[in-house]
Amino acid sequence: MTMTRRNVMVMGAGAVIALGLPMPASAAADDKISEFTGGADMASEGITLTAPEIAENGNTVPIEIDAPGAEAVLILAMGNPTPGVAEFKFGPLAASQSASTRIRLAGTQDVVAVAKMKDGSFAKASSNVKVTIGGCGG
Amino acid sequence: MKKITCIPALLSAGAIMAGAAYAEPVEDTLVVNGEIEMTTWTEPSDAVEGKLPQLISGWHFRGTETRAMQSDDFDNPGMIFVEDAKDAWYTAEGDAGKSCAGCHDDVADSMKGVRAVYPKWNEEAGEVRTLEMQVNACRTENMDAEPLGYTSTDMTSMVALISSVSRGMPVDVATDGPVSETWERGKELYYTRFGQLELSCANCHEDNYGRMIRADHLSQGHINGFPVYRLKNTKLNAVHARFKGCVRDTRAETFAPGSPEFVALELYVASRGNGLSVEGPSVRN
Amino acid sequence: MAENVRPRVKAPRQASAGEEVTIKTLISHPMESGQRKDSDGNTIPRSIIHRFTCEFNGEMVVDVAMEPAISTNPYFEFEAVVPEAGDFKFTWYDDDGSVYEETKSVAMA
Repeated sequence: MTMTRRNVMVMGAGAVIALGLPMPASAAADDKISEFTGGADMASEGITLTAPEIAENGNTVPIEIDAPGAEAVLILAMGNPTPGVAEFKFGPLAASQSASTRIRLAGTQDVVAVAKMKDGSFAKASSNVKVTIGGCGG
Repeated sequence: MKKITCIPALLSAGAIMAGAAYAEPVEDTLVVNGEIEMTTWTEPSDAVEGKLPQLISGWHFRGTETRAMQSDDFDNPGMIFVEDAKDAWYTAEGDAGKSCAGCHDDVADSMKGVRAVYPKWNEEAGEVRTLEMQVNACRTENMDAEPLGYTSTDMTSMVALISSVSRGMPVDVATDGPVSETWERGKELYYTRFGQLELSCANCHEDNYGRMIRADHLSQGHINGFPVYRLKNTKLNAVHARFKGCVRDTRAETFAPGSPEFVALELYVASRGNGLSVEGPSVRN
Repeated sequence: MAENVRPRVKAPRQASAGEEVTIKTLISHPMESGQRKDSDGNTIPRSIIHRFTCEFNGEMVVDVAMEPAISTNPYFEFEAVVPEAGDFKFTWYDDDGSVYEETKSVAMA
């Protein structure tokens, strides 16, 4: 196959990693977790975090949290420039301690949800979301 | 299901080197609000002249969550803009003191079926008109109002409103008669390679739909879903804005929204989708 | 003042006493993160909705502290209990001091 300029450019483009390089988790993110839990241990069960494996676009990523019996749920994007995403407080008229929303992820990273239960214990769930770079820059 | 055709060396070279994946468009059914049944997968239109084995809406090439967002008017953020346009529909503007509703009454009645047949020939004006051109013609001639920017939020929202009342109806754009010259011009543009990357619309959307371009899942490039709420820029995007971007991405001097080139291209591309349901406003990546 | 901010809520118009219902809310707002730069290279200042609350007849359903990582046109879906007839009150608080509200009444089925 003749190496035309066109072919070389496309081969180069094709070789670029299709997935955004993973964002390293920031220390600030861990601090936020400690602040929320006061340093307490977090159980790995008790909260479900649903997030896509591959985000169609990092600008609008749908996620869902469900933590039966929780008072509050903290959501962090561990690799974003500022990790805070939201903190949900559930009141007496919440039918369930669950919620869905759409978030921004700057690159491939872990999304973490920490629940503070009514009994004072904590639970944590984490989901790795791959954030992709689109096609023709479009 | 992918038709075996000679793949241009251009993209196959990249594909082989990067081990580019081919991913099947997802089989799924789109019913909006539990009511509007959409035809998103159908037999080829005459316009594609046998080059596509089936017509597949861009909806099938998107991820699960994105597809779900379009199935409910509340979840579909594009509908916020439709509501804004509905307010505008009932607001008098221009020196004639008329609103759209003044002549057209209820948008859902008067505009039903309109989006499905645009772009189309306007006998009086002697030209092919896109919806945007017709909206501006109404504004300047009947309302004595200023025209809206071709790809402005106001205009795109209005086109989305007009489109939304035709959802579910099959796209049925005429390709013969007085529009045939424009249609031929559009077809020529579709197959012309542009830019430093020397890519034509067909190179991606006809020859390589279903393939991944980086991490994007290439669709057949139909415009039945326009205006599109793109997650990428969280707003409604018009057809010509997308065309402009695509041509720019081949690293070419791109054409302007509203230009005769894009009007012709829109007519041709719309006709390729004849048979698919009007989906706009749709949700894409 | 953010322009064209429009709240939208999907809530049932009637429910039986104690019924659990799904509420969806959306508000059109750019949620300017404070990370973007304009064409001159100056950082566009942050301007987001930083808090959303939902109450029913004065009792809290949900109270969300929001950061710039919430997408443009913030969307929330959650579940509420409807103990009696009354009003859902939704409030969004903007960085610029504006407060947007929406009320949805629920009758007993």
